[in-house]
Amino acid sequence: MLVKPFLDESHELFRESCTRFAEREIKPYAYEWEEAEGFPRELYFKAAKAGILGASMPEAYGGGGGDVLHGLVMTESLLRGGSSGVVAGLGSLNIALPVLLVLADEEQKQRFIPPVLRGEQIAALGVTEPGAGSDVSGLRLRARRDGDDYVLSGSKTFITSGAVADIVVTLARTGDHPHDGLTFFVVETAAKGFSASKRLKKTGWRASDTAELSYDDVRVPVRNRLGDEGSGFRAVMQTFQGERLGLAAFGHGSAEIALDEAMRYAREREAFGRPLAGHQVTRHKLAEMATEVTVAKAFNYLVARRVADGAYLPREVSMAKNFSSSVAQRVCYEAVQIFGGMGYMRETLVERLARDVRLLPIGGGTQEIMNEVISKMLPLR
Amino acid sequence: MKILVTAKRVPDPEQKVKVQGDAIDLSGMNFVVNPFDEYAVEAALRLKESSGAVDEIVVLTIGSKDVTQQLRSCLAMGADRGILVEGDDDSLDSEQTARIIKAVYERESPDLLLMGKQAVDGDNNQVAQLVAGKLDLPQACFAGQLELEGDASAITVGREIDGGMEFKKVPLPSVVTVDLRIVMPTAVKTAGSKDNQEYAEGPRYASLKGIMQAKKKKIDEISVGDLGVELEQWVKTTSVETPPSRSAGIKVESVDELVDKLQNEAKVL
Ligand SMILES: Cc1cc2nc3c(=O)[nH]c(=O)nc-3n(C[C@H](O)[C@H](O)[C@H](O)COP(=O)(O)OP(=O)(O)OC[C@H]3O[C@@H](n4cnc5c(N)ncnc54)[C@H](O)[C@@H]3O)c2cc1C
Repeated sequence: MLVKPFLDESHELFRESCTRFAEREIKPYAYEWEEAEGFPRELYFKAAKAGILGASMPEAYGGGGGDVLHGLVMTESLLRGGSSGVVAGLGSLNIALPVLLVLADEEQKQRFIPPVLRGEQIAALGVTEPGAGSDVSGLRLRARRDGDDYVLSGSKTFITSGAVADIVVTLARTGDHPHDGLTFFVVETAAKGFSASKRLKKTGWRASDTAELSYDDVRVPVRNRLGDEGSGFRAVMQTFQGERLGLAAFGHGSAEIALDEAMRYAREREAFGRPLAGHQVTRHKLAEMATEVTVAKAFNYLVARRVADGAYLPREVSMAKNFSSSVAQRVCYEAVQIFGGMGYMRETLVERLARDVRLLPIGGGTQEIMNEVISKMLPLR
Repeated sequence: MKILVTAKRVPDPEQKVKVQGDAIDLSGMNFVVNPFDEYAVEAALRLKESSGAVDEIVVLTIGSKDVTQQLRSCLAMGADRGILVEGDDDSLDSEQTARIIKAVYERESPDLLLMGKQAVDGDNNQVAQLVAGKLDLPQACFAGQLELEGDASAITVGREIDGGMEFKKVPLPSVVTVDLRIVMPTAVKTAGSKDNQEYAEGPRYASLKGIMQAKKKKIDEISVGDLGVELEQWVKTTSVETPPSRSAGIKVESVDELVDKLQNEAKVL
């Protein structure tokens, strides 16, 4: 395997555990959960017990003590269960908790992180609002200080695990400065005034819950404020790297599965007296798909390895996300094409994958925003 | 109390077998711990966790250096120490394997030798019985249930037989092999088990934490020579043939025709 030099034995063993978990605990139910647009909460417990939930979180808070590459291996392997939505849902803690790792004090980390890693609580990240997505400086959800509390009012939308979450790591406006007026709070969803809409209906990632959240004068104690007032934007920037690498892994992971499925089908399905793979057009199509998957994967591993070793690489991480998500679009599209009519049927895995990967150039920083990051770091002036 | 568990590396039974000439082509194969051995590791861990009487679980494997990975995965599940006897795990026959295990048993003197009932590659189902014979120890094979006495002096082994379960109480030390049912939620009990204590069905996953801890656990490497074992080949392969390919079946029109064919052609009635 080409990416072997980036891994050690612990990654290989962890891959085995995650693959098995996906085979046993996800695959048999993937179709059902996708159709039902949700999966049982029990799966968080199971993943926690298996030591998969929070594998990349520090041991001190009940995590597995793994690095970015363990996270990447986990995403790849869990996707083998056939439901991106489940992987996204289980994974919402991997975008929410890093904010705490950056900003929270020790008492807050001990209070909030371990219950999530035990699978007892679900964590979500609330940044995007109906009026502001890419442009974080346009956020309007207000946090007003009132004695020992802050009072939050406003709304969030497209929040993964929003309707099932117990805590939402919420970015709110505490001052008028576009960037320096933003602060993170841990909002407990049981608090008065907090409500989540019903799940939003989506193109893909169906098994994951995506919700609109409403904060109607929600009182949040000062001890739930993460860092100083105004430290929110910096934390967003610091945690993007992990989220974007995660989505890059979704890209090559999904594409690799689509490729495997397409190759299997091309061997089995016959047309004009021979298997599809016997037609040069199909073979060459598969050759190109395999090339793209291999290159995307190798680049993602390379960048992840450097990040795991402590490098800060916003340009390369943005490239990884963009390249990998565009490879995923093409490969999943062609996989559907190879399956023909069967590729248009909901029971077929590549149909689901083709819908699921559409999210990748949108979530966690759009294709265009990534290009903005990259172009700022090119010698153009 | 010390438990010695044996674990063999086998080609992943989930993957498609490639045949090259008259042998299975092992190149590029993915290897896993023999499932029944993994169940034995799980059973040992359950005994340790609930009894408090087990001090150490040692996992023994025979094979090339590559097998370290499978050994590590047993340690990552929670076993304490590994032993790797270097040898060619492909060509060993049951007798040779049994001799090596006997020698390791004598070095380690465990209180319980726990093994999978068979390895899913050769499906011989002989090694445990041979080892017990050589060591003159009590044996109880195909355990579907285990219950350890409070003073760890004996273990009760439940075996599935036609029409029910048979229970045998064997004094320790002894040799026990496990069957699939040993990983059911309540299959392993000790004096320390809580009422209604249930495990998740199946062997546990190696958590990342366990994997990281396993890096620091000791694996002793021993050669067959160190053990003083003589290994002449007992079983020789003279030839290998593929079974004749099956011819297509036929459709019968009526029950009468079916009975007629079964009587006169197949001659089974
Ligand atoms: C399934 C799903 C799950 C999500 N989960 C979460 C979550 O858990 N937490 C969370 O906070 N958010 C989440 N999001 C939100 C996601 O991060 C945003 O949708 C994304 O950042 C884009 O913001 P937007 O939707 O407001 O689009 P907009 O910012 O309105 O962008 C619309 C279009 O304009 C383009 N555009 C914007 N600015 C520029 C520019 N300067 N130059 C060129 N083009 C530009 C964009 O690239 C895009 O094509 C999720 C979204 C989805 C779909």
